[in-house]
Amino acid sequence: MAITPIETRIDTRRLGLLTRLGVLLAVVALAWLAALWLGASGDRVDFAARLSPPDAHHWFGTDVMGRDLLARTLEGLGLSLRIGLLAAALGTLVALGLAVVSTLNRMADIGVGLLTDMTLGLPHLVLLMLVAFALGGGPQGVVLAIALTHWPRLTRVLRAELLQLLNADYLRVSRRFGKSRGFVIRTHVLPHLAPQCLVGFLLMFPHAILHEAALTFLGFGLSPGQPALGVMLAESLRYLSAGHWWLGVFPGAALLAMVLTFDRLGSAARGLFVPRETMP
Amino acid sequence: MRVMAWWVQHLLRLAVVIVAVAIVAFGLIAASPIDPVDAYLGDRIAQVGPEQRALIAQRWGFDEPLALQLGTWLGNLAQGELGWSHIHDAPVSEVIASRFHASSMLLLLAWLGSTLLGFLLGVVGGACEGSWLDRAIRLYCYTLASTPTFWVAILALLVFSVRLGWTPVCCASPPGVVQSEVDWLTRLHHLALPALTLSLLGVAQIALHTRERMRQVMRSEFALYARAQGATRRDIAWRHGARHACLPALTLAFASLGELFGGSILVEQVFAYPGLGQATVEAGLRSDVPLLLAIAMFTTLFVSVGNLIADGLYRWVDPRLREAAR
Repeated sequence: MAITPIETRIDTRRLGLLTRLGVLLAVVALAWLAALWLGASGDRVDFAARLSPPDAHHWFGTDVMGRDLLARTLEGLGLSLRIGLLAAALGTLVALGLAVVSTLNRMADIGVGLLTDMTLGLPHLVLLMLVAFALGGGPQGVVLAIALTHWPRLTRVLRAELLQLLNADYLRVSRRFGKSRGFVIRTHVLPHLAPQCLVGFLLMFPHAILHEAALTFLGFGLSPGQPALGVMLAESLRYLSAGHWWLGVFPGAALLAMVLTFDRLGSAARGLFVPRETMP
Repeated sequence: MRVMAWWVQHLLRLAVVIVAVAIVAFGLIAASPIDPVDAYLGDRIAQVGPEQRALIAQRWGFDEPLALQLGTWLGNLAQGELGWSHIHDAPVSEVIASRFHASSMLLLLAWLGSTLLGFLLGVVGGACEGSWLDRAIRLYCYTLASTPTFWVAILALLVFSVRLGWTPVCCASPPGVVQSEVDWLTRLHHLALPALTLSLLGVAQIALHTRERMRQVMRSEFALYARAQGATRRDIAWRHGARHACLPALTLAFASLGELFGGSILVEQVFAYPGLGQATVEAGLRSDVPLLLAIAMFTTLFVSVGNLIADGLYRWVDPRLREAAR
């Protein structure tokens, strides 16, 4: 009698989070589909319609070469999505690797601590620029730069989790039963870390997209020929003072909408997979 | 005595971090596929033969082993000799000094603005938890955290400079006027919008943390006791809440200098403000290696000292920790 209401409450909470997750994923899928459907129409040059303000024909207006800004923005979102996905996935792997290394022995722990201090000591953007410079820019440069700079927070979380796990009785018991190290890692450690990794990945994702756009905006990222949001916003600077406001407003608003969506996605996933951190 | 030990330990750690950053930054630059001689020559590359190129490389010490180059650079760095910036055609230390001088006002104004505004919003939000004001503040902070910095700067430029015409569109002074003849009012006029943008952006973290602390205080038993003695909500918020919340806010303010500088790079780029941030971007894009390395070191020092102050401040300001240290 006393237990039932509590159980229902938790269920509705999970249901609500699941619904939110589903809706957000649907939004992302829709944007992706729209980008696919519009295809390369964002590259079509039409000098007769250059720099025309938003109207029924071009919802977001057109740029200096008469290309439709809506199609280009969607294309840019798709590009950001792919780069963000790759960078955040790599960043999660880096974080996991460093967390594992830091639990090996005391020296390794001090080493990882020093690496963390260094990464946090340099201003984030300067470090990103240095890494992108070292890799000669371009898509690989951006992806690696983001992957190599976003790990400290997740590493800290995973390290704490690992340390707790390694001292757990059931792991020792499993080892005493004669299970191999690999077996213990596969069946006990990894499943335990998987939700944290997934949530860390989803939370890293918006940062990855924002920093990709910032790096590209400054000229260290994707090349000016690509329809990246950072490139479009950097180009828009030249036309703003002439009153072509749509060039600067729409791509940025689209970027904000995407980042907000993924931010929500991340916190919904955290509520679902790591509930004890989000409990009030 | 324990305070002394704490400082020695942390200063040592700072020194280690700085040396480590120097080595890693040097390694990153050395690993870059961009050839420094090519970057130096730029357009003149067609006029230079292979012998001359070899001569430049030799003069700059590129034929030496990498470890020796690193050693030379670290030695020079230790003596304060930062090298020569080829894009500014001036000693790196001079470039950094003049650029930082231009940026310092922007950074200071933005830092003060974001700290004060963030603290104020946090106190108000936490004191009226659940009200529409609190919701609005939280919505603002969460949205801000997901907004690209440079886009906010673009929007501000569009609204205040292009549409309303209140502030200049670019630069730190009107074009075509000699630097020394610009009066401080004009400077402030050019500084206003970048500083405002940067401070509005830095608000989120401080406001959210302050709000959280305020919430705890407002729900505590001593707040209830004060309430029972007849204190109003406002009294409790200012007399108890704000005092409890100011320490984390101050700590955060010092710990977020890195983000502030990162933001200033983007904002300076949008407003074409000739500060250290813009110099960083130029140095990176045009491969001015000595300048880029020096800026990396300078900003590391800047940020790490900020972090150190944040740590030390806690012990110095909080009477409980001060007592414990004795």
